[in-house]
Amino acid sequence: MAELLVWPALLAYGEAAVAYAGNARRPGSLGQLATWGVRIGWLAQTALLVVQAQRAEGFPWSTWAGSLNLFVWLVVGAYLIWGCSPRFRLLGLTVMPVAAALLAVSYAAGGTDSVDRTAWSDVLLVVHVAFVLAAFAGFTVAAALAALELWEERLLKRHRADVLKLRLPSLVALDRLTVATIAVSLGALTVGLLAVLVRVPEHGIDQLIAATLVAWLFYACILVLRVRAGRRAVAAHMALAGFGSVLVLQLGLLFTHVA
Amino acid sequence: MNLLLVGTSHRLAPVEIRERVAVDPDGAAELGSRLADGGEAVCLSTCNRTEVYVAAEEPVEADRRVTETLSELAGVDREELEPYLYRLEHEAAAVHLFRVAAGLDSLVPGEGEILGQVKTAFERGSAGPLLDRLFSHALHAGKRVRTDTAIAESPGTTSSAAAALAAQVFGDLDGSQIAIVGAGKIGTLAAKRLLKRGAELTFVANRTTARGEQLAGELGGVALPLERIAEALETADILVSSTSSPELVLRADDVRRALAARRGRPLLLIDLAVPRDLDPAINQLADCYLYDIDDLEAVVQETLQGREAEFAKAEAIAVAEGERFGDWLATLDVVPVITSIRERAEAIRRGELAKAGPRLSGLSEREREVVDSLTSRIVNKLLHEPIVRLKDAAAEERRAPENRVEG
Repeated sequence: MAELLVWPALLAYGEAAVAYAGNARRPGSLGQLATWGVRIGWLAQTALLVVQAQRAEGFPWSTWAGSLNLFVWLVVGAYLIWGCSPRFRLLGLTVMPVAAALLAVSYAAGGTDSVDRTAWSDVLLVVHVAFVLAAFAGFTVAAALAALELWEERLLKRHRADVLKLRLPSLVALDRLTVATIAVSLGALTVGLLAVLVRVPEHGIDQLIAATLVAWLFYACILVLRVRAGRRAVAAHMALAGFGSVLVLQLGLLFTHVA
Repeated sequence: MNLLLVGTSHRLAPVEIRERVAVDPDGAAELGSRLADGGEAVCLSTCNRTEVYVAAEEPVEADRRVTETLSELAGVDREELEPYLYRLEHEAAAVHLFRVAAGLDSLVPGEGEILGQVKTAFERGSAGPLLDRLFSHALHAGKRVRTDTAIAESPGTTSSAAAALAAQVFGDLDGSQIAIVGAGKIGTLAAKRLLKRGAELTFVANRTTARGEQLAGELGGVALPLERIAEALETADILVSSTSSPELVLRADDVRRALAARRGRPLLLIDLAVPRDLDPAINQLADCYLYDIDDLEAVVQETLQGREAEFAKAEAIAVAEGERFGDWLATLDVVPVITSIRERAEAIRRGELAKAGPRLSGLSEREREVVDSLTSRIVNKLLHEPIVRLKDAAAEERRAPENRVEG
C-alpha cells in the first residue's frame, strides 16, 4: 500500500510542471499552485522513501530505478531550498517537468516499490552512491540555474524590452547561486569519491570511477575559473555543459553499478 | 469596535501641509501610543502621507481626538487643516491601507518602499486585536500584489527604467557603486533614483571640475576629470552618462582594460546622451550591458503597455483582500452574542452536571473527567453550526448592497 504514495508525488509534480508553464504565460495565482505542488509532491515522495527505507534491509535504492527515485527526490529537494520564491518560478519550469518525467520512469521500472533485500551490504558503497547522487542532483540544479543565467544575459545583451516583465532573478543572484550550488555539490562528490577510493586497493578503479574523477576535476575547474579568474559566462556555459557529464555518469551508474 | 482612518496625503495636501504633520518612526510610535488611549492606534507617516488608524468604541470621539492631535502637530487650527484630511471607516479604511501597502496609492505607483514603512508603523504602533489583524492583512496584501502582478517592474520614465534594469542585473542595489559622467540634470536624476535604492556614488566625472565637485559633494562621491573615467571603472558597477559632448567619452578599448580587475562582476552602462557618449561596441564585451536612450524608451513603452492590466489586477487583489477583512470585521459584531450563547450553554452544562452529582458519586476521578469532557464536547458540537451560521449571516448582511461601504 505504501507504494501508492508515488501517486500523490507524481500528480503533485505534474501539477507543478503544468502550473509553472501557465504561470510563465500569465503570472499570478498559478505560481502559488505550482509551489504548493512542489512542496506536497516532495513531502509525499519523502514519505515514500521513508517507507522504502524502513522495509528494506540495507540500502533500499540499489536498483537503477530505485536510484532514479532517490535522484529525483534530491533534485527537487535542492530546488526547494530557494526555488519556491516567486523570482525563481521560471527555474521551476525547467526542473519540475524533468522531475515528474523521471519519477514516472522510476515508477514504471519498479523503483518506487518496496525492496525486501538489497544487493549492497557494503556501507562505503552505499555512502559513495548516496553522496554521488546528491552531488549529481546539485549539478543538475546548477545547470538549470546556469541556463537561466545565460538566457537572462542574452536578453540583456539584446536589449529585449520585455526583460523586466519576465521577473527573472537578478543576474548576480543567479551567478552566486550557481557557484554556491556547484561548491556544495563538489563537496558531496568529494565525500562520495573518498568513500569509493578506500575500496580501490581491493576492487581497483573501474571506468565509472575514472569518469567521476574527471567530472570532479571538471567542476573544480568551473569553480577556479569563476572564483579565481572571474570568468562568469564561461563558468555558466561549463555548468550547463556539465549536465551532459551528469547524464553520462548517471547512465553509467545505472547500467554498471546497479541491477 | 470601529475601525477609523484619519489622514492626509499627496492626493489632497501640498508638501507645505504634509511636512508639518510628518513625524519620524519614533514620533509615529509616540503618536500611536498617545491616540490609542487604552484602545488601539497606529500612525503611518511617510514623506507623502500621515495617516492614523484607530480602533475605538466611539468613532466620533476618536475622530475628534485624532484631528485635534494632527492640528496641534501642524501648528494650525482644526478648520485650517480640515480641507486636507480624509476619513474612512471599516472596510473602506482597510481597502485603503491595502492599496497603500501595495504601492497603488503612492506618488510613484508600484514603488516598494511603502511596504517596509507600513511594517515599521505596525511594529511600532499600539496595535491590539483589530489593528493587528488589519496590518498583518495589509502586509500580506502588499506582498501578494508584488508576487502576483508586475506593478513593481513597471517603470514609467527612462530614469526609473535605468534603476529597474540595474536591479535586474544586480538584485539588491545596496552597496553597488555608481559613476556619473556629466553632471547634467538627466544623469543626476537617474543617479538619484539608483542612490535611493541603496547604491553608493563612487565618482562624478565632468568637463567642468567645479560642477563635478559640487555634485560629488552633494551626493557623496569624488570628482574626477573626464580623462580618468577608464581607470575609475574598475570599481564602478553602474555608469550613467549624459554629457553634451559631440564625441564619444568612453571607448570599448578603455572598458576592456578595466574588465580584468572586475573579476566577472557585471558592468551596467546607461547612456542618456544624444549624441551618444559611450561606444556601442562596449555592449559586445563580456559582462558589459550598455543601454542607450532608445533602449530605455523601448523598455518604458513595453512596460507601459502592460501597466494598466497589472494595476487592474493589483486593484482587484486589494479589493478582494478588503472583502475578506470586511467579512472578519463583520463577525466582530456578533462576538458578544456568541460569547453570551457560549456562557449560557456552559452554565446549563455545569448546572446539569451538578444536579447529576449524587448519581455520579460512585465514579472515579478519571471517570468524572471523562464525563466532563464528553458533555463539553457535546455542547461545543451543538453550538458549532449555529455559531458558523451566525458569522455567515453577519458577513452576508454586510455584503448586502444597502450596507456596502465604497472605498
